[in-house]
Amino acid sequence: MSGAVSLVPAASPADGFLSRYEGLTQRLPGMAEPRRAAADILRRRGLPHVREEGWRYTNLAALADVRFHEPLTEASGFVPDTDLPDLDGFDGVPRLVFLQGRFSAAESVLPDAAIVRSFAASAEFGVLPQPERDRLVALNTMLAEDGAIIEVPEDTDAGTLLLVSAGRDIHGTPIAFHPRHTLRLARGARLTVVEIHCGDGQYLNNPVTEITLALHARLTHVRLQNESPEAFHLATIYADVAADASYDSFTLSTGARLARVDVHARLAGAQGHVAINAAQLLRGRQHSDFATVVDHDAPGCASRQTIKHVLADHARGVFQGKIEVAQAAQKTDGYQMNQALLLSPDAEIDCKPQLEIFADDVKCSHGATVGDLDPDQFFYLISRGIPREEARAMLVRAFLGEVLDMVEDERARAMLDRVVDAWWTVPV
Amino acid sequence: MLEIKNLSASIGEKPILRGIDLTVPDGQVHAIMGPNGSGKSTLSYVLSGRDDFTVTGGTATFDGQDLLAMEPEARAQAGLFLAFQAPVELPGVGNANFLRTALNAVRRARGEDELDAAQFLKLARAEARRLQMPDDMLRRNVNVGFSGGEKKRNEVLQMTMLHPKLAILDETDSGLDIDALKIVGDGVNALRAPSFSALVITHHQRLLDHIVPDAVHVLAHGRIVRSGGADLARALEAQGYAQVIAEAA
Ligand SMILES: Nc1ncnc2c1ncn2[C@@H]1O[C@H](COP(=O)(O)OP(=O)(O)OP(=O)(O)O)[C@@H](O)[C@H]1O
Ligand SMILES: [Mg+2]
Repeated sequence: MSGAVSLVPAASPADGFLSRYEGLTQRLPGMAEPRRAAADILRRRGLPHVREEGWRYTNLAALADVRFHEPLTEASGFVPDTDLPDLDGFDGVPRLVFLQGRFSAAESVLPDAAIVRSFAASAEFGVLPQPERDRLVALNTMLAEDGAIIEVPEDTDAGTLLLVSAGRDIHGTPIAFHPRHTLRLARGARLTVVEIHCGDGQYLNNPVTEITLALHARLTHVRLQNESPEAFHLATIYADVAADASYDSFTLSTGARLARVDVHARLAGAQGHVAINAAQLLRGRQHSDFATVVDHDAPGCASRQTIKHVLADHARGVFQGKIEVAQAAQKTDGYQMNQALLLSPDAEIDCKPQLEIFADDVKCSHGATVGDLDPDQFFYLISRGIPREEARAMLVRAFLGEVLDMVEDERARAMLDRVVDAWWTVPV
Repeated sequence: MLEIKNLSASIGEKPILRGIDLTVPDGQVHAIMGPNGSGKSTLSYVLSGRDDFTVTGGTATFDGQDLLAMEPEARAQAGLFLAFQAPVELPGVGNANFLRTALNAVRRARGEDELDAAQFLKLARAEARRLQMPDDMLRRNVNVGFSGGEKKRNEVLQMTMLHPKLAILDETDSGLDIDALKIVGDGVNALRAPSFSALVITHHQRLLDHIVPDAVHVLAHGRIVRSGGADLARALEAQGYAQVIAEAA
C-alpha cells in the first residue's frame, strides 16, 4: 500500500472503526461470532451512503473526518468529569447512568421491580437487530461494550426508570461509544423509561435498543436527545409488540450536530398499539433525521405518529416514515403526520412518507404541512405589546404543544418543557 | 393624543388610504363611520403597525411620538390598543397566559412591577366577571371556539386589562347582542378619563348611544369626507352614506 497514493480508494468512514475493532477483539464481551459477521458487513459495504435508499438526506461522511478513540477506563485513572443532566423532579427514581457509554455504578440507583443486568457481563445481541440491513447496527454490534438488559416480570408495574447517557471528549480527543440495550417486558408488565442523552464536546453515541413487549405489556418510552452541539447521535430502536401490548414513545431531538434516529416497530399480535411521536428543535447547522418503519403484521392494530420540527437558521430536519401493512393485518388503523415550522428562509425540511398496504380493510392516513409562523397570529401578539422573541416562543410552544401533550408522564413532561423553554435563551 | 396628517397607505400597488387628516384630542372619543371597503380597518392596521400596508405619505403622531416609526409592540407598550374587527384564534395558547404575558410586557414598559400568576388571575377574573364573561374563557385557548360575540368581549377584556391611552375599536359592536353592547359601552366609558382617547369604528348608531362620541367622521374612498358631532351619526343612519358622500364631493 505504499507508493501509488492515487490508487488507494477514498477512506470509508467505517475504516477507523474497523481498525478499532481489530485492536479490541480480545477485550470485547460476549460471543465473537456476531461481531466478526458485523465487521464483515462493514468491510464489504462500509457505512450507509447518501446514494442508498433511506440515506438520501443524511450524509455520514463527516464521521470519516473524525478520528474517534474508545472511552478510557477507570483503571487508566484519567476519566474526565462528566456533567449529568438536570434530573429535577426525578428524586428517588431509579436510574441507570452511563458515562461515555460505560455503566457507572456510583451514579446509578437500581430499580426494585425490574431486573437489570449489564451487557458487559452478559452480552446479548438479541434477535431483532438486522446488521446486514442496518449498518449502524452492524457498527454497534462490532464494538458494543456496555449497555443495560432490563427485564420486567409478568404482571409487574415497574414504575419509572431513568436511562441516562452522558458523553464527552477526553481533553479534546473525540471518543465513540456504542451502547447496547435490551428491554423485555413479560406478559402484562409495565414500565416507563425516560432516556436522556446529553454531553460535552465531540463524541459519537451510537446506541441500539431492542424492545420486546409480551401480551398486554405496556412500555412508555420518553427520549430526550440533548447531546452536545458537536456530537453525533445515531440511535436505532427495534420494538416488537405482541397482542394487546402497547409501545408509546416520544423523542425530543434538540442536540447533536448530526443525528439520526431509526425506529423499527413491529405489531406482531392483534390489537397492539404503537405511538412514535417526536419533536425536533434545531438551529445553526444542525441536522436531524428521524426515520420510522412500522410493520403492521397482525389485525386490528393501531399506529400513531406525529412528528413536529421547529427549524431555525440553517438547520435541516428530516422525517422518513414507512407504514407497511401485511395482508393479514386487516382493520389496521395507521396515522402519520409530519409538520414543520421554518423560522428562517435557510432552514430545510425533507419529508418522505411511504405507505405499503397489502390488506384491503385498512384505514391509513398521512399528511404533512410546512410553514412559517402565521403572520396574523404573530401580529396579534405583538400588537398587545408582547416582544417579538416572546411572541415567537409562544407560537412555537403552541405548535409543539400538540405533540408534547402526548407525553402523559408529568415529570417527563416537565423536563421536556424545561428543555423547550431553555431553547429560547439563545436568540434565533 | 393622536394627530394624523395627510396619511396615505397602499397594499401592494393599490392605494387604500388617500390623505387622511384626523385629530383626536386627549380625553375625547371619536367615531369613524363609512361604507364597506372604505379603509376603516386599514387605518386601524396602519396605526397599530401591520406591515402588509405601505405608508406612502403623511404622518401620525401619538402623544408627541412619531407613531409610524415605532414597531407594533412599542406602540402597544406606549399605550395604543386595537380591538380587532376579526380577532384571530391562537390554538395552543392559553387565554390567561396570553393576557398575563401582554399585561406584564406593558407593565414593564411603564416601569411597573410584573404581576405573578395569582395576582393576575385575581384581577382578570374580576374584570371578566364585570364583562359578564364565563370564567372558563380565561382557561380556554385564545379565541378558539369562541362565538363571534365572545371574541369581541375578549377584545374588550384585553383593552380594560391593558388600560391603553388610545383605544381603536374596529366594529367591536358587530355581532354583539343588545346586553353585550351595553357591557362594551360600559367598558369604554369606565376607561374614560382626560388621559384616555378612543377611535370607535362602527356601522351603527346603537353603540354610540352608549359611548357618546365627541365627534363623528365619515370615511369614504380612503378619505375623511365629512366630520360632525354626535348627531351626524344619527343623520347617517336616517339618510345612508350616498347623500353624505355626494354632498362632500
Ligand atoms: N390584503 C389585501 N389585498 C387587497 N386588497 C385589500 C387587502 N386588504 C384590504 N384590501 C382592500 O382595501 C379596501 C379597504 O379595506 P378595509 O378592510 O380597510 O375596509 P373597511 O372600511 O374596514 O370595510 P368594512 O366596513 O367592510 O370592515 C377594501 O377594498 C379591501 O378589499
Ligand atoms: Mg373593517
